[in-house]
Amino acid sequence: MLSEATRQKIDALIRKYPHPRSALIPALWLAQQEAGYLCPEAIRDVAEIFKLPTNEVYEVASFYTMLYKKPVGKYVIQVCTNISCLLCNCEEIMAHLENRLGIGPGETTSDKRFTLMETECLASCGTAPVAQINEDYYESLTPEKLDRILDSMK
Amino acid sequence: MKILTKNMHVPNLREIGVYESLGGYQGLRKSLRDCKPNDIIEIVKKSGLRGRGGAGFPTGVKWGFVPKNTGKPIYLCVNADESEPGTFKDRLVIEKDPHLLLEGTIISAYALDCHLAFIYIRGEFSYGATVLEKAIEEAYSKGYLGKNILGSGYDLDLILHRGAGAYICGEETALLESLEGKRGHPRLKPPFPAVVGLYRCPTVINNVETLANVPHIINNGPEWYAAIGVERNTGTRLYAVSGHVNKPGVYELPMTVTLRELIYDHCGGIRNGRRLKAVIPGGSSVPILTADRVDTRMDYDSVAKAGSMLGSAGVVVMDESTCMVKAVRRITRFYAEESCGQCTQCREGTEWLYQILTRIEHGRGRAGELEILLDLCTQMKGRTICPLSDAAAMPVESYIKSFYDEFAAHITQQRCVILPAA
Repeated sequence: MLSEATRQKIDALIRKYPHPRSALIPALWLAQQEAGYLCPEAIRDVAEIFKLPTNEVYEVASFYTMLYKKPVGKYVIQVCTNISCLLCNCEEIMAHLENRLGIGPGETTSDKRFTLMETECLASCGTAPVAQINEDYYESLTPEKLDRILDSMK
Repeated sequence: MKILTKNMHVPNLREIGVYESLGGYQGLRKSLRDCKPNDIIEIVKKSGLRGRGGAGFPTGVKWGFVPKNTGKPIYLCVNADESEPGTFKDRLVIEKDPHLLLEGTIISAYALDCHLAFIYIRGEFSYGATVLEKAIEEAYSKGYLGKNILGSGYDLDLILHRGAGAYICGEETALLESLEGKRGHPRLKPPFPAVVGLYRCPTVINNVETLANVPHIINNGPEWYAAIGVERNTGTRLYAVSGHVNKPGVYELPMTVTLRELIYDHCGGIRNGRRLKAVIPGGSSVPILTADRVDTRMDYDSVAKAGSMLGSAGVVVMDESTCMVKAVRRITRFYAEESCGQCTQCREGTEWLYQILTRIEHGRGRAGELEILLDLCTQMKGRTICPLSDAAAMPVESYIKSFYDEFAAHITQQRCVILPAA
């Protein structure tokens, strides 16, 4: 169930746009904040608010990679492996993370702390290799630098 | 010659007071005071400004396509969905000088008789969204947005809209679909967005860097702007250089700079004293330039003449240690991943390209597969709703043609002939 606070925020968003449907993706962002991912109940609640079939909302959500359809860890580590990062040793970064966390891309550690993902270009190519952890960018990465970053994430 | 980045060293430039102290919002004052909307369109036409997103279409001409007096509202959408691999210049403007973007947006909206504008920012730019949100609040509180802007009688509201991770939403019609709360499926054109756009109303979509030029054109005049660079390629570009150079980064330069000057004079040359092998001059979708093209001038027309495209000016530099099969395989994976799935040629084609390139890279390539790849590329180009299919095919075609022996050797020797064996 979506909280009352989230429902109010969604209502405010709907009023902001000339057409209510434009608030759907922003609303899904808000709904995701509640459980860390879009659980079926959250999608159903959003669909109800927008008076849309649940399937249609799921169809929209499934198009966007940052809207998670299954649970993720506390920290979502997204390593860019696109061309500029590939030229700057992102493979070493990825291998280091897989070793350290004991998981592969798309997986979550058993303590639910870290989810590892490969991602597409983050528009930070001048400071490759780069990763996004939750909302923040971490640039010019080396295995040592990554270790320090992960050590600080409890 | 710096225009867009000239103030970026100033601390706290993001704050509206600092921006104003450097002459900020004077272009808007001048526009509202001295110009009718149509005057601004004429000024921008005269400046020669061309779109900085990728296609390079003249901005003023694009604005001129918007039909007036249809009784429908006109919308302006700022494309801040910077996602073309190798491109990272709009992010710089958004994060360092958000008011420059806002000022350009407000002037452009005034020119278009638009009263509601949107900034569509990619979901990953969480920090940029925070910066813009604050800048928009400041602009409202100072009377640069809202009702009766600076006493002119002109009203404009601006909504920041955050995407949620989909490359295709940088394509203008996909952006509109996404902004309408749907999957980012590109629309068939025509009708073009200028006539049937957001909510089926006339709509202009402009790139961040494009709009950031507008205040400077208003302040200094179109003749001043047109005198920078060369004919048909006026003004500066934000060249975002990455890959095997000593000093990667965003370099603002007039479009008279050559690739050689960009790499060796500005970016400190190739890393580890290696030799240049190839360059992507305008984001991952454009054809590759081989090292012998290094004297190409980095303007729209010269890069086109050299067989590629200036595109987004995301310049990716590759040295002699780069395996071209591996490079293009990764780029192809991206397009396979990001294909929206509407058109068969693209949905299936990108995946086939990726599978065949993967086989070749892993030493399992079969005789005749290069010809199959090239044939596939031909089938994928110019037959789909949007350019993503072409964007996937163009690199594959050009990498194979430019480095045929290297690709062929991967197949005959059943291994990578560039990278040392792991």
